[in-house]
Amino acid sequence: MYDRIREKLNILADAAKYDVSCSSSGGSRKNDNKGIGDSSSSGICHTYTEDGRCVSLLKILLTNHCIYDCAFCVSRKSNDVKRAAFTVDEVVELTMSFYRRNYIEGLFLSSGIFKNADFTMERLVRIVKKLRIEERFNGYIHLKTIPGASQELLTEAGLYADRMSINLEMPTESGLKLLAPDKSHEDVKKPLGFIQNTITQFKDEKQTGLIKSTPKFVPAGQSTQMVIGATPETDMEIMYSADEYYKNFSLKRVYYSGYIPISYDERMPMIGSQPPLLRENRLYQTDWLMRFYGFNVKELLNSNNPHLDTDINPKLSWALRNLDQFPIDINTADYRMILRVPGIGVQSANKIVQARKFGKLRSDQLQKIGIAYNRAKHFIRCADSPIILNEPDAPHLKNIILADSNSKYLKVAQNQLSLF
Amino acid sequence: MITYTFDGSFEGLLTAIFESYDRKEKAVQLVWDKYYQPSMLDEALEIINDEAKAKRVWEGLKKKLSPEWRTRFYKAYLSEDSQTFQDLFDFARYIFDNPEGAEANFGNPSVMAVSKMDKKVNREKHRMKAFIRFQKTADGIYYCPVEPDFNVLPLIASFFRNRYADQQWIIYDIKRKYGLFYDLHTVQEITYEFVSEIDTKKVALPAELTDEKEELASILWKDYFNSTNIPARKNMKLHIQHVPKRYWKYLNEKN
Repeated sequence: MYDRIREKLNILADAAKYDVSCSSSGGSRKNDNKGIGDSSSSGICHTYTEDGRCVSLLKILLTNHCIYDCAFCVSRKSNDVKRAAFTVDEVVELTMSFYRRNYIEGLFLSSGIFKNADFTMERLVRIVKKLRIEERFNGYIHLKTIPGASQELLTEAGLYADRMSINLEMPTESGLKLLAPDKSHEDVKKPLGFIQNTITQFKDEKQTGLIKSTPKFVPAGQSTQMVIGATPETDMEIMYSADEYYKNFSLKRVYYSGYIPISYDERMPMIGSQPPLLRENRLYQTDWLMRFYGFNVKELLNSNNPHLDTDINPKLSWALRNLDQFPIDINTADYRMILRVPGIGVQSANKIVQARKFGKLRSDQLQKIGIAYNRAKHFIRCADSPIILNEPDAPHLKNIILADSNSKYLKVAQNQLSLF
Repeated sequence: MITYTFDGSFEGLLTAIFESYDRKEKAVQLVWDKYYQPSMLDEALEIINDEAKAKRVWEGLKKKLSPEWRTRFYKAYLSEDSQTFQDLFDFARYIFDNPEGAEANFGNPSVMAVSKMDKKVNREKHRMKAFIRFQKTADGIYYCPVEPDFNVLPLIASFFRNRYADQQWIIYDIKRKYGLFYDLHTVQEITYEFVSEIDTKKVALPAELTDEKEELASILWKDYFNSTNIPARKNMKLHIQHVPKRYWKYLNEKN
């Protein structure tokens, strides 16, 4: 007797899953109206799918009917799939029923474009408004910005949503033009910029203190997504594009989604070919190095090195290319350089800088602190380091490290096609 | 080396620290009395809980440690782990014997041990926030049994109170035989009697005890869990790493 709603949910969750963002962090909504929900600022993954991805939000499309025919999209007009649409009330009820049982942190709502941009956006806004006002819902809401929707609707949406996002789809304009001639990066930049400006405006008003309580406007910021491997961009093109968007639009996140073949279109990888999971992983590592480790994208990727290594991670690659900067002395080097050592993460680097004030650190203490010592030892000196006369050169060192690391690469690589 | 035995309570732990200073005994082996095996050669002292002494130690720690570190100390205690009790004892002595700021010395074994255990307890606390699956009962209370590795219920009470302010809920720890009940006003600790009509060993409530919409909600959640998966990216190793098997029986999407 539940067939209808079950079928709808299956179709519209299936169509929404290619949007990889499931983050619920950065929400700051407090339950101060005796309603329901209180965003956890760190975000919570309530479960993980069998592909190992976090499930934090109820991620669905309002409908998979769409007037566009983008080759990379499973909901494209010409694709022969079952179509469905939720009503406003169904989405609200589903969200509340899941949230009250602690299944989810909130709602991620996207949609195919039906009729036109404004018509679609207006429907999305109606849902989030109802959740916030009638249900007094303070959980997390991630809302898709529909390109071409009016500024009035975007402003209204921003008052109810925690995060808004709009996808670049392909890393470069030429890649996008190839697969979706109706779309352009300009259509993305315009709303991204408009929402970014409005966020800044609301923040400024709060600072001047003229208005006592300024409402929240997209408090968890904006994000975007690029599909990787459907078009022939280099890693350098992808990350330079990401870097540009981080800078120009203060994005919270750029997501990289390895293309999963869903079409017989000859312009793209065939159905059945493996999604580029390892490459995706390397791109995320690069993204992290840019955001948390103080690397400039040009240090990691440049015209001499337009592609990331597959066998080693980008931090190790960089270190091997710059061996003249190593080894560094753990007991004297500045935080910035400690962070650049392969095998040392942000937390360990912080602990090292605090602990060394109490005395010179030895290798056993570094191991207890939790660094990947077997990897890091080639790049550091500490109180009890032996003197090494012949430092190995980069290719040699790479082999030593690869030989004694119980390879994380292999585990990922199992999903990749093997040649033999 | 002298052995102190104590009852595993927080007050007992703090009293033990007090006694070691009072009796000027530096090298102390602290043992949870339920694991204590007397030996001929050891000298042993049974710690008698003393609120005033415990309070003085806690006030002393307050003077030397930031609120953040005091919470860490308490959270590590909730691990209910014998080795951690010793680490906490050594940590407190190290803090008292050294100038302010000594807790930043991650080169010290007890600082590192407390810091690591704090992290483990935090992880378990976070897992409870993630893996709790309420079932709505026929009388409108949202119920969930749990079995956490550490005693983390005290750490999640305020989180669930703030989040589910407009619904009554019960989180019941089967292992430790106590639970939390929120009655729309405050969170109270409840004992086994409170849930005695429920078979707490079974995770799923029998149909006659649940709300009429419970079945559909659970079915839709399972449907969603399956539809949002991308088979081409299957990675069970990662899946199990994030959702360890011992939690599966509590997760309706895994049953």
